[in-house]
Amino acid sequence: MARAVTPKRKAINTALAWAVGLLIFFPILWTILTSFKTEAQAINDPPIFLFFDWTLENYAVVQERSNYMRFLWNSVIIAVGSTIIGIIIAVPAAWSMAFVPSRRTKDILLWMLSTKMLPAVGVLYPIYLLFIELGLLDSRAGLVIVLMLINLPIIVWMLYTYFKEIPGEILEAARMDGASLKEEILYVLTPMAIPGIASTVLLNIILAWNEAFWTLNLTAAQAAPLTAFIASYSSPEGLFYAKLSAASTMAIAPILILGWFSQKQLVRGLTFGAVK
Amino acid sequence: MSLRNALRAATAVSTITASGALAETITIATVNNGDMIRMQGYTDDFTAKTGHEVEWVTLEENVLRQRVTTDITTKGGQFDIMTIGMYETPIWGANGWLVPLDGLSAEYDADDILPAMRNGLSHDGTLYAAPFYGESSMIMYRTDLMEKAGMTMPDAPTWEFIREAAAAMTDRDNDINGICLRGKAGWGEGGAFITVTANSFGARWFDEDWTAQFDQPEWKEALTFFVDMMAESGPAGYATNGFNENLSLFQQGKCGMWIDATVAASFVTNPNDSTVADKVGFALAPNKDGVEKRANWLWAWALGIPAGTQKEDAAKQFIEWATSKDYIELVAAKEGWANVPPGARTSLYATAEYQEVPFAKMTLDSINAADPTNPTVKPVPYVGIQFVAIPEFAGIATEVSQEFSAVYAGQQSVDEALEKAQAITTEAMEAAGY
Repeated sequence: MARAVTPKRKAINTALAWAVGLLIFFPILWTILTSFKTEAQAINDPPIFLFFDWTLENYAVVQERSNYMRFLWNSVIIAVGSTIIGIIIAVPAAWSMAFVPSRRTKDILLWMLSTKMLPAVGVLYPIYLLFIELGLLDSRAGLVIVLMLINLPIIVWMLYTYFKEIPGEILEAARMDGASLKEEILYVLTPMAIPGIASTVLLNIILAWNEAFWTLNLTAAQAAPLTAFIASYSSPEGLFYAKLSAASTMAIAPILILGWFSQKQLVRGLTFGAVK
Repeated sequence: MSLRNALRAATAVSTITASGALAETITIATVNNGDMIRMQGYTDDFTAKTGHEVEWVTLEENVLRQRVTTDITTKGGQFDIMTIGMYETPIWGANGWLVPLDGLSAEYDADDILPAMRNGLSHDGTLYAAPFYGESSMIMYRTDLMEKAGMTMPDAPTWEFIREAAAAMTDRDNDINGICLRGKAGWGEGGAFITVTANSFGARWFDEDWTAQFDQPEWKEALTFFVDMMAESGPAGYATNGFNENLSLFQQGKCGMWIDATVAASFVTNPNDSTVADKVGFALAPNKDGVEKRANWLWAWALGIPAGTQKEDAAKQFIEWATSKDYIELVAAKEGWANVPPGARTSLYATAEYQEVPFAKMTLDSINAADPTNPTVKPVPYVGIQFVAIPEFAGIATEVSQEFSAVYAGQQSVDEALEKAQAITTEAMEAAGY
């Protein structure tokens, strides 16, 4: 029997949720606020919260100095491209693991996940040399491939979890009705797993968008995404925190907006199977 | 078509082809320092003079170092010019990773480069990177607080004087710290500062046989002095303070003295950013009474060409433009003499207008007082003042500086840190075959 929630308890829970939410959001809020300060205000001690002369000067400087749209476009192509290719590869892989598992399926899943445990810098040189050989350095195609491979274990794992929730009998019925394997995956499984696939897509776009190690190390002037855009405003000698904050705000704004509008799918995706 | 027309057409085609072949787009990796950003703003001047376009890749210092090291060791060819420092240049030059800058034009006047900079950016007498700007370190102090403390800063003070003045200037009730110094872990941050401090107490990283020297009394004396002085007069949490944190404190009027890079002088005297712009004095970095070496370093951000670039000529033209006397005059005309890149050319310091810049003389004196080949009192087998120009140093010094930062944070004693530093360094040097 479900336990009754008293109004008092509900109020406490709501307040706690808001407090935790604000705590998590505070660094982002602070970055956004700092982007509207002068450099002197940005470093003021004690820190100034809201009452300062708001200025758009930092945004103007960043716009003047950097080709923001090029960085943004690179980010979009790399994040979306790597996710789409990852999904195309992961759907059949997750299907086979969920519906026709072998004795080694669990081992394969764990092995795939274990590749995430290797520090990226450990394979920097082999990948860099490979990229030189293949002419992929500073190319969006190269980054799409690398980020797709990096995120593939997570995509497969997430899809596997969703597919496991779908009764195998439905697919069996489709097969008995004469559906081929391709038709079974495309017209029966995929439509049923759309919510799961959508949340996987969103999460992987965010992961690819935020990836900084490979995007910084494998790009130069042409394929650099927004991570490189932010890095270009970090300075060891000189206080440019307000400009850095403006660049950061411009870099995270698209993904924040995407996350805001798709939070329902994201929460559903992240909690899928956690509560039965 | 007549012969004349045919010749005209052939000439036109060859001209277009030739100009197409001459105009290149070069890619330059650089850091986000004020002078570098200013240079990016003047790229059009270079393009107008040469026809070459420039693509900039600006990165944070440590990311840049990792990025260009990866590229140059794998011959990735991503960059035609790299912004590198005095630490990398001689090592990379010795490895054949950089194009020697020995064919520079007569107008460029390579002999005008400050000798200290030229030596630090050369290997076996060959220049491998041209200094864009150079720096040493010096004392920046609040003239009003010094006066209030009833003291007068000498041009060349001792550590004993600095400690006494710091204590006298400290006013905890008004949030004023007598002295602000780097304590942040990292070989180029707190590691650099404690190394030059140790030099000025007569300590050294290695003896002539490459044996680590942290078990010697000079290191203990230097580190103990530093920790005690900062406990008396330094800001809270200085173990995590680097250049930027101290700059912020000084600009807000919370430091009586700050010993750091000479390029900071233009920041702290800029009234747009600094609340104490008109109350700043300068002096040479201190030394322990009786020790001839001072705690000042030598550094340059320089432009080098990676071996294997396909655009060597265009890259050389850019370096000649960016590090030339003309460039200095261009910046001076547009933004004033206080904003020209300092510490690279002798002629700059002979310019009457630049001599009026308040920190010009002290910057030159500090640079001239730095000798990378004799950084400390006792003989050493290495080149470098705040670093040791061997490939292993960055890794070792980062670990050692972490141990020192733990002392500053009160997590361990001076003796414990020095013992660990000795062990870390000895092990790494043995593994490297020294």
